[in-house]
Parts: sequence; C-alpha cells; structure tokens
Amino acid sequence: MENKAKKRNIIWEFLHGCRAMFLLSIFSAGIMALADMINPQIIRMAVDNVIGESSSEYSASVMKIVNYFGGFEYLHRNLWIMALAVIIVAVIKVAFEYIFRVSNTKASETLVKNMRDSLFKHIEHLPFSWHMNNRTGDIIQRCTSDIDTVKNFVSEQLTSVIRIIILLVMAVSFMLPMDILLTVIAFAPMPVIITYSFMFHKRIGKGFIKCDESEGVLSAMAQENLTGVRVVRSFGRERYEKDRFEKHNEEYTGLWVSLGKIMSRFWSTSDILSGIQVMLVVIFGAFFCIRGRMSTGEYIAFISYNAMLVWPIRQLGRMISEMSKAGVSVSRIRYIMDSEVESDKPDAVKPPMNGDIVFDNVNFAYENCPQVLHDISFSMKGGTTLGILGGTGSGKSTLMLLLDKLYDLKEGCGKITIGGVDIADIQSDYLRSNIGMVLQEPYLFSRTIAENIGITRTDITLSEIREAARTACMEDTIADFGKGYETFVGERGVTLSGGQKQRTAIARILTQNTPIMIFDDSLSAVDTETDEKIRTALEKHFRNSSVILISHRITTISKADKIIVLDKGRIAEQGTHEELKKAGGIYQKIYEIQSGNNSDNTIREGVV
Amino acid sequence: MDKNDKHTLPFFGIGKILPYMKKYRIIITAMIICGLGGSLTDILFPIYQRYALNHFVGDMTLDTLPFFIGIYVVTVVFAGIVNYISCFHAMKIEVSINRDLRNAAFSHLQTLSFSYYNQNSVGYIHSRVMSDTARIGTLVSWRMMDGVWHLSYLAGSIIVMFAVNPKLTVLVVLIVPFLILLFALFQKRLIRVNRQIRDINSTITGNFNEGITGAKTIKTLVIEDKMSRHFIKDTDNMLTKSVHGAHLRGLFASTMHFASSCALAIVLWRGGYIAESEVGTFSMFMSYAQGMMEPVRWLVDCISDLITTQVNIERFSRLMETESDVTDSPEVIEKYGDNFNPKKDNWEEIKGDIEFVDVSFMYPDGDEYVLTNFNLKIPFGMNIAIVGETGAGKSTLVNLICRFFEPTLGQILIDGRDARERSQLWLHSAIGYVLQSPHLFSGTIRENLLYGNPYATDEDICEALKLVSADEVIAKLEKGLDSDVGEGGELLSTGEKQLISFARAIIAKPKIIILDEATASVDTITEQRIQSAIDTIIKGRTSIVIAHRLSTIQNADLILVVRDGKIVEQGKHDELLAKKGYYNSLYTHQYEDEAINSVFS
Repeated sequence: MENKAKKRNIIWEFLHGCRAMFLLSIFSAGIMALADMINPQIIRMAVDNVIGESSSEYSASVMKIVNYFGGFEYLHRNLWIMALAVIIVAVIKVAFEYIFRVSNTKASETLVKNMRDSLFKHIEHLPFSWHMNNRTGDIIQRCTSDIDTVKNFVSEQLTSVIRIIILLVMAVSFMLPMDILLTVIAFAPMPVIITYSFMFHKRIGKGFIKCDESEGVLSAMAQENLTGVRVVRSFGRERYEKDRFEKHNEEYTGLWVSLGKIMSRFWSTSDILSGIQVMLVVIFGAFFCIRGRMSTGEYIAFISYNAMLVWPIRQLGRMISEMSKAGVSVSRIRYIMDSEVESDKPDAVKPPMNGDIVFDNVNFAYENCPQVLHDISFSMKGGTTLGILGGTGSGKSTLMLLLDKLYDLKEGCGKITIGGVDIADIQSDYLRSNIGMVLQEPYLFSRTIAENIGITRTDITLSEIREAARTACMEDTIADFGKGYETFVGERGVTLSGGQKQRTAIARILTQNTPIMIFDDSLSAVDTETDEKIRTALEKHFRNSSVILISHRITTISKADKIIVLDKGRIAEQGTHEELKKAGGIYQKIYEIQSGNNSDNTIREGVV
Repeated sequence: MDKNDKHTLPFFGIGKILPYMKKYRIIITAMIICGLGGSLTDILFPIYQRYALNHFVGDMTLDTLPFFIGIYVVTVVFAGIVNYISCFHAMKIEVSINRDLRNAAFSHLQTLSFSYYNQNSVGYIHSRVMSDTARIGTLVSWRMMDGVWHLSYLAGSIIVMFAVNPKLTVLVVLIVPFLILLFALFQKRLIRVNRQIRDINSTITGNFNEGITGAKTIKTLVIEDKMSRHFIKDTDNMLTKSVHGAHLRGLFASTMHFASSCALAIVLWRGGYIAESEVGTFSMFMSYAQGMMEPVRWLVDCISDLITTQVNIERFSRLMETESDVTDSPEVIEKYGDNFNPKKDNWEEIKGDIEFVDVSFMYPDGDEYVLTNFNLKIPFGMNIAIVGETGAGKSTLVNLICRFFEPTLGQILIDGRDARERSQLWLHSAIGYVLQSPHLFSGTIRENLLYGNPYATDEDICEALKLVSADEVIAKLEKGLDSDVGEGGELLSTGEKQLISFARAIIAKPKIIILDEATASVDTITEQRIQSAIDTIIKGRTSIVIAHRLSTIQNADLILVVRDGKIVEQGKHDELLAKKGYYNSLYTHQYEDEAINSVFS
C-alpha cells in the first residue's frame, strides 16, 4: 500500500505544470459526453411532439424554449429549427472535442517532457560509478519505452477510462427516467462483457510477451548474421543461416497465428454478446412501446444511448488490463530517480587550484573487485609536470579518476590534497572545471567540430577555436573536411580516426585553460612526429599549469619534472628522467628498449 | 535518403508486393468475402430497427416477433462467424506475408556481395529485414480488409437509402465529396507534422544515448547543465510540434464529427416528414447518415498509410533488386551448385596455391585503383603478413583472396585456375577466417565450434581445442562444451572468444587460413596462448595474417606493407628493416607499445 502511494507521488510530481490542462481535458470530455446526450433528446422531441402528436411531459425550462420558438406546431412547419439545434449542439461538441484533443496532448506531452527532462538531468548528475554499474541499453530503455508506457497510461488509458465512466453515468441518468426496466435490461449484460474482456486481455498479455520475446530472438539472429557476415561467408554457411532463420521465423509466425486465433475468437464472441444486447434493447423497447410504457421518440433515443455505450464498454476491459503494465514502468523509472545524485559536503570550498597535488597513502578498489591501488603516495609541485609510466592495468587511469573525484576515496583509504585542501572538501564541479582531462579514447558529441571544441564554454569565439585546433595540430585535418569547422561529427557525419579524435579532445580542453591538465595516454593514436609537435606547443601554452602526462612512450614523459613508474597498482620508482634511466629498474629497461636501436637482440630480450 | 525516395513507384508500390500475395490468393479471397459478409450485417441492423419501429411500434403488433428474433439472432451469429473468419485470416495473411518478406530479404542478403555490406550499416540493413517488412504485411491485410468493409458499407448504405428515398439520399451523400476534399488538404500537413515528430523523437533518443554513453566525458568537462539545457531545447521542440499536430488532428476529428452531425441535421430537416408515416425509415436514415462518415475517415487514414508504407516498400524492393557484385556464372552453378545447394560431388580437392596475375582493383564505391598490375605467387604453406596503420586498407588483399570482391582487371588463380571457374562456396569451404574481434553466434560452445564443419566428431573438437590450448577454458565451465556463450559471445572474455574462434577455424580443416589479429589488450597469459595458437594453426596451411604481433611479423615468409590503401613495401622482415623506410617507423612505433607491456609483465 505504501508502495502504491509512492508510485502515485512520482507521477504527481511529473504532472507539475500540466495538471490544469488535464483537468481541462477531462472537463471537455465531460461536455462532449453531455453534447452527445442531447442529440437523441432532440430527435425524441422531433419524433414525439414536433412531427408526431404525442404529448410527453417536459420540464418547465424545456417548454419555455419550445414556446419561445413558437410551440410544437410552429416547429413542425419549420423543421429547420430542429435541424439548427442539432447543428448548434454539434458546434459545441466539436469545439470541446478540439479543446479536448489539444489540451490532452498538451498535458501528456508536457508530462513526457517533464519526465524526460528530469530523467536526463538526474542521470547527468548521478555519480560516475552508477553509470559504470548500469547497462547503457537498459537505462535507455527506461528513458524511452517506459516513458511511453507511462504517457499512454495517463493520456490514453486513464483519460479513456474517465471518459467512459462519464459517458456511462450520463447515459444512465438519461436512460433511467425514460424506462427503469429497459435500463436494467440494457445494463444487465454489461458486467459480463467487461469481465470477459478484462479476463481475456489479461490472459492475452502473456501471449504478447511471448511474441515479443520471440521477435527479439529473431531480430538478434538477423543482427548476428549481419555483423558476422564475414564468418558466415568464409565458412560457407549461407544455407545453414537461411534454414535457421526460416525455422525461427516460422515459429514466430506460428505464435502470432495462434494468438490471432484467440483474438479473433474473442472479437467475434464479444461481437455476438453486444449484438444480443442491442437486440434485447430493440425488442423489449418495441414491446414497451406497444404497451405504452414509452413513446416512439424515447425508444429511438434509448437505442441511440445504448449504441453509444457498446464500444466504450468493450474497450473498458482492455484499458483496465493494460493499465497494470504502467505500474512496472513507473517503478523502472523510479529506480533511476531514486538513485542518489552526486553531492558535495555542505561546507565544500573553492580553493585555488594551482597548488601542490599530493597523494597520501591512497588505497582503492572498485566495487566488488580486487584492490587496484596500494599505498600510493607522491606529490607534485604546482605548475610542474608529472609523468606517469605504467603497463596495461597498472592503475594509472584510476589515479586520475580519483583526482577528478569521479570516484570517492573511502574513509581511511588515504587522501588527495590540492594546495593542502582535501579534495573531498572541494566542490566537485569547481574541481572538475579546473582540471582539464583528455582520455585515451575520447568521446566526441554528435555536433560540429567547432561545437565540440568549444563545448565547455558559451562565450567562445571562432578564432579561439581555431587557435586551440592549431595548437592540437588539428587545423589542417579540419581544413580537409568538406565543411571545415562546421563538419558534423559522428553518426550523421564524418567518422574521425582515433588520432583525430584525440587531437580534437586536446583542442577541447585547451579552450578550458585550466590550472591542472591531465593527458591520459591521449597521444597514443597520434604518430611520433605529431606527438612531438603537440607536446612542444603544449609546453608553451601551459607554462603555469600543473600537467600530468600518462603514457607508455618514454619520449612523451621524459621532459617531465618528475616521473612515477606504476606497476600493478604500486609505485615502483619515482624521480626524474636522468635519475631513473640509470636506476636499473623498470624505467631503465624500457628506456633502453625504446631509445635503443632496433637490433634484433634487444627486441627478443624485451618482447619474448 | 530523400533523394532515393523521390522517384516513387506507381500505385504506392503495391505492384512489388503482388508476387508475395499470390500464394495466399485463396485465403485473401476468403477474407474479402467474409469482410463483405460483415459489412452486410452492419447494413442489415438499421433495417431490422426500421422494421421494429415501422411494424411493431407503428402497427402496434407483435405478430412476427418470434420470426424477428430468429432472424436477428441468426444475423448476430452470422456476423460473429464472418468476423471471426475475416479477422483470423487478416491476421494470418499479415504474419505470413511478413514472414515471407523477411525470409526473402534474409536469404537475398546471404547472396549479396561485401560491397553492399561496406556501403550500408548493419543497423540500416537490419531494419530492412525486420521493420520494413512488418509494415508492408499490415497494409496488405488489415488495410485491405478494412477497405473492403468500409467501402462496401458505404455503397450498401447508399443503395438502401436510395431505394427508400432518392432525394434525401442525394442530399446526404453530397457531404461526402466535400469532406474528402477537405481531408485531402489536411492530410499532407498531418503527414509532414507526423514525420517531424518522429524525427525529433529519434533525436531525443539519441540525446539520451549520448548523455549516458558520454557520461564520463560530460563529467570531466563539467557540462552536465549545458547538456541538460541542450536536451530541454529538443524536448521543447517536441512539445511544440506535438501540440501543433494535436491542433491539426483536433481540427480533423472535429470536422469529421461536425459533418456527421450535418448529415443528421439534413435528415431531420428534409426528411422529418417521413417520421409522420414511417418512424422506422426515419431512424434508419439517421443511422446510415451518421455511419457514412466512418468509411470516409478510413479513406483518409488509408491514404496516409499508403504514403508512409510506400517508403518501406521501396526500401524493401530496392534491397531485393540489389544484385551481388560477385556472382557465379550459370555454368559454374550448373556444375558446382549455388550458395544454398552445393553439388559437393563435383568439387575438386583444394590444394591451397594462390596467385595474383596482373590484378588491378578498385572498390565498387571508390574512385581510385588501390592495386595496379599486382602480381604475387603464394604457394601452398606460405605465410604472408600484411601490416599497416588502422584504416590503411589491409583487408583489400584478403577480400580479393576470399572472393568477397573480384579484381577489376586481371585474375586470381586458385590452384592454377581462375577463381571464377569454381563456385564461391567451394572456395569458402576451404578458407578458415579468424576475425580481429572474434564473432561468436549465440548458442552453445559446441554449436559455435561446429559452425565451420557440422560433421566434426567430438575427437576432432577436443583435438582442436587442445591445439589452441582452449581446452582449459572449456574445463573451467560448468557445462563444458554445452555452455551458452550468450548473445555475440558476451558471456566469455575477449581472450576466450579468440581461442574458441581459433578452434572453430581448425575444426573446419581449411587449406587457407586468414587471420585478422586482435589489437585488443588481453592479459599476458592469454596473449601468450593466443600467440602459440596462431603459430599452431598457420602451420601446414597457406596463411594470410593481418598482423599486429611482432613475432608474427618477423616469422612471416613475406611482409606486405600497406599505406593509404596501397602496397608500398614488400619483403622479409630484415630486408624491410634495413630499408629504413615506412616499415621501419611503423615497426618502431608498434614496438614501443609491446615493449612496455612486456617489461611490466
């Protein structure tokens, strides 16, 4: 129960800004239903009093209107007035129908927008570890199809159910005064129809899930065949693939056919049921007419009301059974909204960031994983350059994730300070916007090159972007693209090579001009010459920044003021290039291999 | 895309689908007949009502009541039965045609050459097979049945009305052309706005994708808020466009309902006098006049549906009309069989000699020769390594040897005869291909191992696994060979997948082996295992290796160095090094990376 209350709350929050619209749409639906109720009354009066000579009783106000138009006699001679009444009612109805459609869409699309906006914003502010622990495809599904399900729930199912109920209530209130017994007869089969439809849709839901799953398998099969086309062809397995696909395709089709059989049976059964219901009303109504219990006009009106109910009643069962799906989607969305976003300590500070960076006895392990960093302690003076050398999996990238507060250090696992301030006490956004980091496999956004380079700033000029691109040796490459800086990157545009991506990412942080710069193996895909050129340009550019260079190329880091050699999560050596190259450790070995000649001896010694 | 969509097919492209419908002409006919039956009952009910009013109420008698009930019940049951048959058949036709279209697309794709795969992304091709086909099936079943139903109802009700009162009928029917004209105006704008909404929607999905996969970068750049603002711009746009669409749809629906009320008003105004003598006839007219608008709406829906589905039909038929660049000649198929039905009895044993004779080659979508007058003899057992940077065009030679592409000029000889003299399948059955990123199919390990040779025995499998030392990988798994590998092999590590794919290649007992080496980083032990596995499988075979590993390069009988799509140097390792050319620098670069990892391990 408590859970249910919570579920409602989150939708209620998302409904912010569109509640009035929803009320308007429901109100319009009410007016529409009311208008629908009036037409049969006009017909009834026309048949009974205007054309016929029966003398049904009408309320005083109705008689007032009739008399205003000159009484039944006059109306008989001027039937156009009755027709005009139908038109006027129609105008009111369609006006509200229009309002209903627009306000309903406005409300539900605002709801969707609210959901999407808050989800997106929330996701962006979730900690990095959350992103690592959750699968991209799954999150995207929650953000797309689950939102659609909730939207349909509110805008279609809920609205329809409300509309149907309004319609039912009104129809009953118009039908009852005409003939109680006939109303009872008309409504008697309805619970059966609704229950039958509800039960059916509940059951058929499972069939749909089965079909969906089967389609998923078939789709995956096609996907695998297409991505593995080289394997298929080179093993000459076209026939096998074709047979396999066709076999499953047949199974999938078979599922639908049997589902189709059940559905058709349901449709035709409920057709018969509602057909019988209509027949009951027609026959008993005629019977009552003859008996004088009701007038001809009332009989026609009654049949009209009854006809209005047939479809909604049949739909009601489906709506109710489909509404249960929404609950699952809401809880899937809640999962994201309930995850805690990153937050700073209440008294987080913004100290100057050009001070010394100190790692003090840092130990770190990813969740449910063995420890990756062991007792890391080192310091670098502000404005100097630090080189980090390490093999694959040595933990060098983890160090930088910690410095950027993408992961937090646990209590008692050491600390990291910048200018003497523990980074745990520094505002995350402030810290990160003062650290420019280029990753080994940089991520570019699907926008133009210029937008990608200038993405961190709003006030950037094209000449600044050009300047950054020049420093990152990207200028000529960009010029080669058809549209220069306006070239679109990614899915809809040019695919950049690894080296080009790295250089674009470097240009991107150049525009940030931060006091701390990290290059995490970010020149690995650039050839040696360009690497050299970029480094020289960077040195000029960042004389005052603290620069951390991570690489497995000695030439990249040899000029650093200090070098750390990281091996399996521990610091193996530290010092300057001059010191380390003679220290007789790992660094010296690598130095000798990399700087040395390419004689076969060294290679064999080094590699095999 | 838009350019291609412009040259439209006549009749919304339905002609292209007719051949697929032919098979189902009997049940389609049954569906149509039952649909007509259904609409007949819809026409009958107002007539019954007329009778009840005119006869029972008007004449104040119940003399024919049992008969009336009988007829009514029979009609209701009849309606139930024909509805059942027509709905079930429509469903069956829909899914059957979808199935046939999917099968046709899928098997056609199995014969298309690699140039098609290079020019179209997997996602694009995939939606040709899965999405386009689905929409087409719906069109030719439900739309058709609805059409039969609605149009016959329209015709039937007009006929009945006309028989009773021609003058009033003409007045009422006059509304229809007006409505159609009005809707024609709406429809274009509706289609446009719907397309815009779909486009924005996919942009938003793309934004989610970017916001989630790019989370790390977004955080390091501290542009969360900027991304959110950007996102909100798109959702704002979505809201505006949707509301715009709602205005149009609202106008549309309102006009519809207004027209139906107008019809009612006309009946009341010009036909009210009928009620004086025959109330039933009057009430029947009202029912028909209002019911007539539904077919009109169907017509409008149907046209917009035809227009959108036309695009699917065009895409589908374009796929089916794409011809493979590489085809076997009729004589070859006659002798050796085609891709699906090989005649293995006629297949010669393959030896494994390959020779390029004056080969010039240009990719079908390229504009420059990447090979000119290339000559190379690869006798059986020779080991060739191809090196070069990523994207330099190292796959070209492999593509030619595998006959994934054919030379523009010159010929490639397999065992001394032009490759085109034998079937593709003949050649492919002799080639083992191991990919850079190993591609496993979902299923068990055994199924994957048997992929290249379904007749291999358990001993063959064990032997192959041992050769590449993948037997330990299997031993670790609870279910051994019958363990599931997951979609794309995701339940195994990269290294494990690599070893399994080696074993798979060996089990196929190929004479020629093509190896696209991985650059992906695997742990040192796996790395060594993979290395020794490579040494094992290239032994006693003609092998072409797209090389990244230094030892593979050094031991190769011949190294081809590729740069910007062309072969710039060739020779043995020592000769090339001594040249101090491009190979030398490439090697040095490559070497630094390996050096550091070797020292650390």
